[in-house]
Amino acid sequence: MNLGKVVFGFFILLAATLNFGFVYGDLATPDHHHVSELFAAIVVNLIATILKFGDRTQVGAVHLATSLVADAQLLLAAGVWAWAAHVSGTGFTPAVTASVVSLAAGALFANVVSVLLLLGETLALRR
Amino acid sequence: MPHHPRSAEQTPIAAQSVMFLVLRRLRLPMLALLMAYAISVFGLTLIPGVDAEGSPAPPMSIFHSLYFVSYTATTIGFGEVPSEFSDAQRMWTIVIIHLTVISWTFAILTTLTLFQDRAFQRAVAQIRVAGRVRRMREPFHLICGAGDTGQRMARLLDRLDMRYVIVEKDEQRIEELELEDLRTDAPVLNGDASVPQSLLTAGLTHPLCRGVLALTPDDATNLAIVTTARLLNRNVPVIAGAQSPNTVVNMRAFGTHHVISAFDTFADQLMLAMRAPGCQRLAAWLTAPVDAELEKEHEPPRGPWVICGHGRFGRAVARRLIAQGLQVTAVDPAYEDGDADPAEGLPARLRGVGTETEVLERAGIDAAVALVAGADGDITNLAIAAMARVRNPKLFIVLRQNDAANQLLFDGFRADMVMKPSEIIADECVALLTTPLLDRFLEVVRSKNDAWADEVIHQLRKRIGTRSPRIWTVRIGPDEAPAVCERLEAADRPFPLGDLLRSPADRQQRIEAHALMLLREGREMLLPNDDTALAAGDRILFAGRGDTRRRLATTLFDANVLRYLVTGRDTPGGWVFTRRIASKPSARSASKSDGSSSPM
Repeated sequence: MNLGKVVFGFFILLAATLNFGFVYGDLATPDHHHVSELFAAIVVNLIATILKFGDRTQVGAVHLATSLVADAQLLLAAGVWAWAAHVSGTGFTPAVTASVVSLAAGALFANVVSVLLLLGETLALRR
Repeated sequence: MPHHPRSAEQTPIAAQSVMFLVLRRLRLPMLALLMAYAISVFGLTLIPGVDAEGSPAPPMSIFHSLYFVSYTATTIGFGEVPSEFSDAQRMWTIVIIHLTVISWTFAILTTLTLFQDRAFQRAVAQIRVAGRVRRMREPFHLICGAGDTGQRMARLLDRLDMRYVIVEKDEQRIEELELEDLRTDAPVLNGDASVPQSLLTAGLTHPLCRGVLALTPDDATNLAIVTTARLLNRNVPVIAGAQSPNTVVNMRAFGTHHVISAFDTFADQLMLAMRAPGCQRLAAWLTAPVDAELEKEHEPPRGPWVICGHGRFGRAVARRLIAQGLQVTAVDPAYEDGDADPAEGLPARLRGVGTETEVLERAGIDAAVALVAGADGDITNLAIAAMARVRNPKLFIVLRQNDAANQLLFDGFRADMVMKPSEIIADECVALLTTPLLDRFLEVVRSKNDAWADEVIHQLRKRIGTRSPRIWTVRIGPDEAPAVCERLEAADRPFPLGDLLRSPADRQQRIEAHALMLLREGREMLLPNDDTALAAGDRILFAGRGDTRRRLATTLFDANVLRYLVTGRDTPGGWVFTRRIASKPSARSASKSDGSSSPM
């Protein structure tokens, strides 16, 4: 067992699960989506991204790309939240919730791809 | 070529891999920073604050926490924004400050270490060189090796305003090169020229690469360069320096265009000087770097010769001397004593080092007319020569100088001839590159006699002075001489060479240039005189002073200047004026009569 692989797999999976946890629930109901979970998802996603740095293989490159997509979507979601809650004064209304959650859902898709890659890589090794 | 593992420092690294290197090295500090920020922000969103009345308030939002952490972590410190903190928040802030500042320090230190890393710096330098080579927009030559030869080559090309790229693996040599007072800042790749990737990075397959010069001091490396160049870019000419006869044969087999063996070249010069000192003087003057003084004649005497150091150089000289029927004694520490065998081309051999009086005496230094000090060490050679000169002051002394850094010592000694491999190779290279016709002219010079050579020198000195001239070739064709071509086509009268050499400022004056040779349909015409009629397709080898080449180019390109030189009429250019003159019959006939009355 390789500790590096455990850590790598752990963070990729955790990024996906946290992302899923935030997205899960009714799209436009603010109570179903806690902003702290979005925060956690962003942090774990960024960790996963950094862990993927420096891999020169083809799979490594796609891994990094999926993570960057997820980061972009999640950061955009956080930006929308921050704007609504602090700048425009609209607050966390159902409309804002819907756009934040749908952005995070996009990130979830990228994270699922990342997990699939991880699985495919693992299965291809057969060891 | 034997395969041996190469250290990373010698293999050129692609730009991408440097990015990967940076990302991999910065992974840990970035993770540390991210974690520090995440923990700090998360903590702040949990800890309750306090309102203006002192009663507990809800914790900060993630947005405000991130704002606070951002300016605290970078030690900007705006204070407690948006409202006064509770004591619990302040306690957490202490943790935040230490956590984030330490993480930042770690990240910055790691980055700085990375930038100071030699491998990283070399990789970045290589990428920069590769980029500069790719962006080259002028024809250039690829110089492999920046030793004495390569450095001299760079200096000479620089003075001739030619571009080059250098590959050298020794950083000290590169530093020396950077300290040189060169006009252009040529790309210098720090890499092993025997590695094909280095040559590719340095532009071997670049469309403007005009030649590869293998000038490293190592025969095996030079052979590797030749091989690489011939296999990866067949179109580019290759000139290589070689020391051992085997390498010369190998290089020829690979189709090297010119193999220069400094020892053989020098030995040939020595023989030429012995046969016809004037010819040798002329050849040396024409191949010397621009503005070198015309040397006085050296005539190596005929009689018994002593050669100290019978290595590759000593052998090259001895073989030729014996072929001339001279008595040669070779002194070398590696020899058993032996008698001469002229039929086999072997000199009389004597074991020992020439720095010992007793050895020199046994070699017959008192009766000898000339001494060759041809050992590998410069100081040894000077010592041998000094010792021999004390015993026999009339000796003709030939010194071998291996290291250009010892120039001052050799200048001080004043030997009759000095063999400097780096100069011989570099000078011949430049001559080959700049003027392919010169090589042909020198062939002729070598076959002529002294009287002829003296006459040529006399003519040239009268025209262009005693300093060595600049030599260049002009092809009478639409590319290099459009104005002349036009005139040749238009006029049915012959166009004499002399008209080209008139000064554009005043046609009664001559520019400081002289035609050495004219090549027409494969036949050479030596020293064509002013009346020689030119024809399209002629190639002319000129020798001239300083910027005469540019003045001649004006004549070759500008039809108006050329018309003035031929007819003496200074006609204005431009379409309108040309039409006006053409429409005036009087002006036309005047120009015609003037043209025909031209004495040339």
